[in-house]
Amino acid sequence: MKNQELDQNKEYKYGFTTDIENVKAPKGLSEETIKFISKIKKEPKWMLDWRLKAYNRLKVSKEPNWQKPKYPKIDYQDLYYYSAPKSMKDKPKSLDEVDPKLIETYNKLGIPLNEQKKLSGVAVDAVFDSVSVATTFKGELTKKGIIFCPISEAIQKHPDLVKKYLGSVIPISDHYFATLNSAVFTDGSFVYIPPNTRCPMELSTYFRINAAETGQFERTLIIADKGSYVSYLEGCTAPMRDENQLHAANVELIALDDAEIKYSTVQNWYPGDKDGVGGIYNFVTKRGACRGKNSKISWTQVETGSAITWKYPSCILQGDNSVGEFYSIAITNNHQKADTGTKMIHLGKNTKSKIISKGISAGKADNTYRGLVDIGRKALNSRNYTQCDSLLMGNKCGAHTVPYIKNKNSSSTIEHEATTSKINEDQLFYCNQRGLNQEEAVSLIVNGFCKDVLQQLPMEFAVEAQKLVGISLEGSVG
Amino acid sequence: MLEIKNLNASINNKEILKGLNISIKPGELHAIMGPNGSGKSTLANVLSGKEGYKISGELNFLGKNLNEIPIDERAQKGIFLAFQYPTEIPGVNTSNFLRTSLNKVRKAQGKKEIDALSFIKLVKEKTNELGMDEKMLSRQLNVGFSGGEKKKNEILQMKILDPNLIILDETDSGLDIDALKIVADGVNSSRDSKKSFLVITHYQRLLNFIKPDFVHVLANGKIVKSGTKELAMQLEKTGYKGIN
Repeated sequence: MKNQELDQNKEYKYGFTTDIENVKAPKGLSEETIKFISKIKKEPKWMLDWRLKAYNRLKVSKEPNWQKPKYPKIDYQDLYYYSAPKSMKDKPKSLDEVDPKLIETYNKLGIPLNEQKKLSGVAVDAVFDSVSVATTFKGELTKKGIIFCPISEAIQKHPDLVKKYLGSVIPISDHYFATLNSAVFTDGSFVYIPPNTRCPMELSTYFRINAAETGQFERTLIIADKGSYVSYLEGCTAPMRDENQLHAANVELIALDDAEIKYSTVQNWYPGDKDGVGGIYNFVTKRGACRGKNSKISWTQVETGSAITWKYPSCILQGDNSVGEFYSIAITNNHQKADTGTKMIHLGKNTKSKIISKGISAGKADNTYRGLVDIGRKALNSRNYTQCDSLLMGNKCGAHTVPYIKNKNSSSTIEHEATTSKINEDQLFYCNQRGLNQEEAVSLIVNGFCKDVLQQLPMEFAVEAQKLVGISLEGSVG
Repeated sequence: MLEIKNLNASINNKEILKGLNISIKPGELHAIMGPNGSGKSTLANVLSGKEGYKISGELNFLGKNLNEIPIDERAQKGIFLAFQYPTEIPGVNTSNFLRTSLNKVRKAQGKKEIDALSFIKLVKEKTNELGMDEKMLSRQLNVGFSGGEKKKNEILQMKILDPNLIILDETDSGLDIDALKIVADGVNSSRDSKKSFLVITHYQRLLNFIKPDFVHVLANGKIVKSGTKELAMQLEKTGYKGIN
C-alpha cells in the first residue's frame, strides 16, 4: 500500500513527556528505599513491617523464566522505585492546588479532571508515576458509603479493611514480581463497596508512567461486600523512550456472597518502536477471589501496548455457585510479545468459568495464550468453557496456545475450542471493493474478530477500544 | 463510461486476458458469456483493481485511466462488483458495514455522512423494494447466509451505494428461480440512462430476465464474437464450441 510507509512512522499518540520536577527515592532496591517510600507515604508501622517482610522474602526468591518472551536481565539496582512530582509532596487539598502541568497532562490524555469537564458517569483516580494526583466524584460516592481512593490514603484511613484483605489473594510469597510489588508498591486504587450497594458509576484508574528509569509498582485492592456490584476500568499510557521500563502491578479483587466485580483493562503502554527498541515490560499479577457463594468476577482486557505483556488475570472460585469470566484481546505488532491468559481455580460446588481469548499477531510479533483450568476434587458439578482464537497477519509473526487442564472430579466438564487463522485476502478485497482502504478494512475485520470481547467493555470505553484495535495494527498489512 | 483497449492480464506468469477490447456507454447493459476458464472472473477482478495481476493496455473509466487507482478509490468513483462468492466477515454487522461503505462513497463525492436515522430509512426502503427480509440487516455480514441470501445482499448493496458501473460476476450461479427473479428485478429497476452494467454469466438463463443491449463471447482471453440478445440464444443451442 502506498500509505504504508507513512503509517509506520505514525507516532504513538501518548508518547509525550511532562517536564516536571520530581522527588525520587534513592536509586536501587534496598531497605532504605522501602523505608523512604513508607515514610513519604506516612504509613503506619504495620505497613512498613509488611513491606520489609516482603523484601526479606524477595532476597531468597528467584525471577521466573518459564515464559515464552525472553528479555535481558533487569538491573534492579539501576531503577528508581519512587518518583512523584514535587508539587504533590504537600498533598494538595483540592484540584485547584494541583500543579496545572499535571492537569494538562491528563487533558492531553483525554482524561479531564476538572469538575466541569470530568467524564460523566465515570469516577477517575489519576495515578502519575508513584502517586495519585486526583480522584473525581469522591463526595458523591461517599454518600453511598463507597470508598474510592488512592491505596496510600486507604492505608491511613481504613487500616482495618486494608489489613484484612491486602495480600489475602496474592500472598507476599506468591512469586518474584508479586513479592517485589509487595515490598515497593507506591500507589494504586482502593475500592470498597458496602453490602447491598450497586456502585452508581464506573470507577476508573488511569495509570501514567512519566519519569525515566523508574519502575511503576501499582497496587489495587477492590472489595465488593455482600450483594454489591461494581464495574472498574483501568487505562495506561507511557512516554516513548529507548530504554525498557518495568511496570509490575498487583491487583487483588475480593467478592463476598452474591457480589459481582467487573474489571476491565485497556492497556496501551508504549509498545516500543517498529524495530523493537524501548517499550514497557508489563509484568502484572491480577487475581480475584470469589469468596462468597453466588459471587462473580469478570475480567475483560484489551492489551495493545507494551513491549512484553506477561499476565494472567485469574479467578479463585471458592464460593459455591460462583462464576469467573475472562475476556481478552491481545494485539501484538512489530516486535511486541505477549504471554497472557488466565487461571480458573474451581474449589466450590457448581462453579462456572468462561474464557474467551482473541490473540492477534502482526509484523514480527509473538502472541501466546496460556491458561489453566483446575477443577478441584470437591468442586462438584462445575463447568468451564474455553475458546481461544488466534489471527495472524503476515508470515513473520507467531501465535501459540498453551492450555493446562485439570479436572479432579467426574461430575464436572471442561470444554476447550481453539482456532488459528490468517487474515483473509478475500475479506480485504471485499471491503476494499466497498470503498474501505486497507487500514479501515483491517480494523473492521479485526474488530469483528474481537466482537465477543469488545461487547463486554463498558459502553463509555468500547468505542475508544475499537479505535485502539485499528490503530495498533496500522501498517501491518501491505 | 468504460473503454477497455488491448487489455492483457497475467497472474503468476500465466496469461489470462490477451488483448481484450470492449466499450460500454452510459445506460448500456453488456453481457459477457464464456466457458469456464475463459477469463470472465479475471476481467471482473482487474476492473475492480484487485492486486496480484500484471496488466498492460488501457482501462478508461469516465475518461480517467484506472491503472494506477487502488481498489477502494475505484469503488468510491462508482465501480461496483457484485461478487460471485461474497465472503463472510464474522462479527461485522451487515447494516453497519453498509453504512460505513455508503459513507466512504459519499465522502469521496463531497457529500455529508448520512445520519443513522436517514440510513435506516433508506436501507429499509430498499430492502422492502427487493422483497428481502429486514432481519438480514442485523446479521453478521454474509455469515451463515444461504447462497441466495448472499447474492441478494450484493444487490441490496448495489442499490444503496448507487454506483455508475456495475459488474455482476456470475451472480446467477447457484440461485433458485425465486432468488434469480429478485436479483433480476433489482438490476432492472436500477437501469437508467446514467448507469452501465457488465453482466458476466455462464448461462443464458439470466438473460431471459435481464435484457442485454449487447452480448460478447469471451474465449481464451479475448472477445471472439459480439452481437445482440440473439447471440445468447444461439449459444444456448450450439454451445461455446459452435462459435468461431
